[in-house]
Amino acid sequence: MNKRRVVITGLGVVAPNGTNVSKFENAIRHGVSGIRYVEKLNELNFSCQISGYPVYNNNYLNNYFNKIQLRGLHASGIEYGVIAGIDAWKNAGLSFNDSQSPLWEAGVIFGAGILGVDKFREAIYKVDEGNVRRLGSNTVPQTMASGISAFLGGMLGCGNIVTTNSSACSTGTEAILMAYNHIATGNAEVILAGSTNDSGPYVWGGFDAMRILPYKYNNNPTEASRPMSASASGFVPGSGAGALLIESLESAQKRGAKIYAEILGGHVNSGGQRNGGSMTAPNSEAVQRCIRKAVKNSGIHADDIDAINGHLTATTKDPVEIQNWCEALGRKGTDFPYINSLKSLVGHCLAASGSIESVATVLQLKENFIFGNINCEDLHPEIASMVHRDQILTKTLDFSPNIIAKASFGFGDVNACVIFKKYNSI
Amino acid sequence: MANEELLSKLKTIIAPYVQNQEGLKNLTENTDFIKDLEINSANLVDVILDVEDEFDIEIDNESMEKMLTVKASIEIIEAKLAEK
Repeated sequence: MNKRRVVITGLGVVAPNGTNVSKFENAIRHGVSGIRYVEKLNELNFSCQISGYPVYNNNYLNNYFNKIQLRGLHASGIEYGVIAGIDAWKNAGLSFNDSQSPLWEAGVIFGAGILGVDKFREAIYKVDEGNVRRLGSNTVPQTMASGISAFLGGMLGCGNIVTTNSSACSTGTEAILMAYNHIATGNAEVILAGSTNDSGPYVWGGFDAMRILPYKYNNNPTEASRPMSASASGFVPGSGAGALLIESLESAQKRGAKIYAEILGGHVNSGGQRNGGSMTAPNSEAVQRCIRKAVKNSGIHADDIDAINGHLTATTKDPVEIQNWCEALGRKGTDFPYINSLKSLVGHCLAASGSIESVATVLQLKENFIFGNINCEDLHPEIASMVHRDQILTKTLDFSPNIIAKASFGFGDVNACVIFKKYNSI
Repeated sequence: MANEELLSKLKTIIAPYVQNQEGLKNLTENTDFIKDLEINSANLVDVILDVEDEFDIEIDNESMEKMLTVKASIEIIEAKLAEK
């Protein structure tokens, strides 16, 4: 069956360094970090007392939620996801469905890692006190994994697939590919795809306990996230949400919508936690296979890729990721594409990382730039031996990329790679 | 507590959940929360919790099931207040 062409017609983002698309674009162009010291983490005896989290005034929520929805809302992931999702919908020029009829051709695929932890904590206290009757009606919608897609689906009146996917740190990229496949095969015309992740000590604590977060940067937080650097010492925990309005080209043209970029295809796989892969580490064979299949499924050649937006979390695994890209694409040295990692600016937004980073990737295609990485002046020697220094930008470059590959890898040894292309009507 | 005062407090409590504002304007003792005010049935438990907080009373499950109209609610609140 012939696959239909699929494009991106709207973007929304709530990131640690920008809570809407224009602020975010400005921040990534100028290397503005969203990583801050968090006093609460100090009080709780965290080793890593910094994080990347979105900052906005509570009144801002009145633009997105009604009074009933705001009552007892203690789920930061739902706030971020709804703001990003509604922004992407509006950005695409779509109107609100105030009729009684669902939009049968519009769906929501919005992933989450964990949702409503603060609400859940509140519920646990009440239940343990024997006071379950005081939970009220809003505990379930805020703590169910699919809470975010349920909120968005209802606000927008979507009548196609409305679901939440979850695959750890590859969640956001996977959501985009799920939406792409659904539209390419003719099952929907429009899907709001994205992902979100809660903020706070209950989300980040488990990672702190694993000793995989940097703990020497509590006094200079913006220097802590160091992807590809020789001094990388762990990922900075983050949060937020990214959203992309994904649409069939046919539908976008019919509406006369602005097109940000085209999705050529991609691939999702797992290393089965075999051959070097584990709950926390990727099987390199699977990573390379995922990238190769993404390239093949997109009908392009590895040499067509102008830039890569990597997963690159700033752990000791970054050189392994670079090696996997080199081998999968058969490119190295000066022939290697430009590569960047948003995590140097916002930290690792966990389940939200893939979607926030995809928003950054798509902005690069539309607005003709490749944002610079911060904190990697001291390039890791193993990376320097594989890729020429010039390909790892430390300052934003005015450049018109045609094709960018974006990959995300997650706990459970799961991988996702998507190929974005500058939109061209032919 | 005078009936008028109780009614006004109840009106304030249910107002955020009301989806049919016309119904709220024409509120009478016979007003039905779901039929006339279009309050989402899931939100009825939130109305009950807010009533408990406002009047410092506890409403048992049986009474709760009956609190579907303004009249029934006022009767139950009055009875619970009298028990205090």
